[in-house]
Amino acid sequence: MIDILSFVIFFFIICSFYIISSLGLNIQYGFTGMFNVGIAGFFAVGAYTSAILTGPEYADTIFGGFQLPIILGWLCAIAVSGLAGVLVGLVTLRLREDFLAISTFGIAICIQLVALNWESVTRGPNGLYAIPKPFSRFLDSAVMSNLFYLIICIMTIVAIYYALERVVKSPWGRVLRSIREDEVAAEALGKNVFMYRLQAFVLGCGIMGLAGAMYANFVRFISPQDFLPIFTIQVYVMLIVGGKGNNLGAIVGAIVIWALWSASDSLINFIVAPDYQTQAAALRIIIVGVVLVLMLLFRPSGILPEKKHLSS
Amino acid sequence: MIQYVVDGLVNGSIIALGAVGLSITYNVLRFANFAQGEILAIGAYISMAFIVLMGVGIGSIGPVSFGWPLIASIILSVLVTSVVVLAIDWLLFRILRQRSASRITFIIAAFGLSLIVRNVITLIAGADQMFLSFYIPKAIPVLDNFKVVPDDVLILIITAICVVSLHTFLSITTVGKKMRAVAENPVLAMVNGINVKSVVRWSWIIGASLSAIAGTLHAHVTQLDPEMGFELILPMFAALIVGGVTNVYGAVLGGFLIGLTEAFAVAIDLSAYRGGIAFLIMIVVLILRPQGILGEKERDD
Repeated sequence: MIDILSFVIFFFIICSFYIISSLGLNIQYGFTGMFNVGIAGFFAVGAYTSAILTGPEYADTIFGGFQLPIILGWLCAIAVSGLAGVLVGLVTLRLREDFLAISTFGIAICIQLVALNWESVTRGPNGLYAIPKPFSRFLDSAVMSNLFYLIICIMTIVAIYYALERVVKSPWGRVLRSIREDEVAAEALGKNVFMYRLQAFVLGCGIMGLAGAMYANFVRFISPQDFLPIFTIQVYVMLIVGGKGNNLGAIVGAIVIWALWSASDSLINFIVAPDYQTQAAALRIIIVGVVLVLMLLFRPSGILPEKKHLSS
Repeated sequence: MIQYVVDGLVNGSIIALGAVGLSITYNVLRFANFAQGEILAIGAYISMAFIVLMGVGIGSIGPVSFGWPLIASIILSVLVTSVVVLAIDWLLFRILRQRSASRITFIIAAFGLSLIVRNVITLIAGADQMFLSFYIPKAIPVLDNFKVVPDDVLILIITAICVVSLHTFLSITTVGKKMRAVAENPVLAMVNGINVKSVVRWSWIIGASLSAIAGTLHAHVTQLDPEMGFELILPMFAALIVGGVTNVYGAVLGGFLIGLTEAFAVAIDLSAYRGGIAFLIMIVVLILRPQGILGEKERDD
């Protein structure tokens, strides 16, 4: 019983990081139509920020060991990822959608290269370890501290969900949707399209950074291997399956795909002989890719399509 | 130093040939094909399959290690890769075109496709590195203190032949002219009775053929692994943008520029950041001259 419970808790904690990233992407892609292919990068910036600020001192780094309270680490993660979003956005958001895709794709790769090679801060491929986890000092059982972590995750998701719902229903959110539908018309109505896009982009990047920070303080060890482009694709699959432009869809999609991903993992491990694990892992990614393509082809609006608004 | 230049040119030719495919898809089908790297990988693995099937190695002619088996497998790979790419178009992009999907949908589909292809390759061929041959480059002295690797020279010659053939194809043949017309203005081309479907088919075939050649050459000078295409996609995009997206020869120029800068990065001991340097050049070009070196001002479409 306790095994199942701890598995369920673990499942939903990991799922939360995807849900938060998916909500962050929804404001960029779902509502504003910006194609950010650098999710893994902004997630990594958040993860490294919190790990460096809240983590212990390492013998071989020149910067770090601040051991700040975790909540401060998370707030700084939002700020630093948001700042990264400002820098990236200033350069790329004036570009056409496909250039934006190429640039953000490149930025995620560059962020990973920096994480891999800036050894005096990130410890390179060795990664940062012993990152503190909240409440683990007071709660000696792993299940209890995970349960508390899950409660924090759910509270965060609820807060982000309500904030985003308010935001997208506000006049500001209407401008975002109008930019997505017809940029020229929005411009003609006197809206500063670039500023709106930049704001939405930075908001999304900050949320992705928070997801990364929460990931770092949960798994307690991060290395550049955790932030591969596959993460970006997973989040896209989640948002598209769930329903882009619908915050509830972003959450549902993340749960559905993460369940599919975990189930296929257990199933494959159960069926496939250990010698074929590489092939099995490949098969699992193929399934996710095929789900994405089939959704694009046959149900592009997702499980929970965007709600029609009076204005549209 | 001269060796770095040669390395840069060889690497640049591979990027250039791949970027031409990218440029054709971009201008005719109008989307950034994130699966272009995987087309190179498909071409390389198909060549590898033929080399294994023939079982006589890659042979050699004179000083170059390009024997008839390698040439034969490149030709076969060009054919098979074209068929595979046409099948992919039929299964995926054709349907998206029918539904007049947005450009972003095309890009996401290409992204998903690249993921699928990479892992299908892993599934079939495994994740380990493979080698077309146990070729070790031997430099031959040409001048007093100047040596070249014969294979490198041949790769540059093959690239030159490809670019000249492409130019001839685009400027002389009817299909080539139609392709340019569709790239220039698809609606006007259709009004004039140009069969867009056949143009789309030819675009894929040209792109796939050049990619199959580039992929095999890349596999010959380095190795094969499922990630090989994915590692080339950023340099290829950088080449496309630096050279100018609207100009197919811009992609060639951009390819050589990116190849040379990457070699320069290795020369000044920045090889760890090699992938990032191509990207930085791309960003600088996007800020200072968004249409690229040879590109014309953006059309509004």
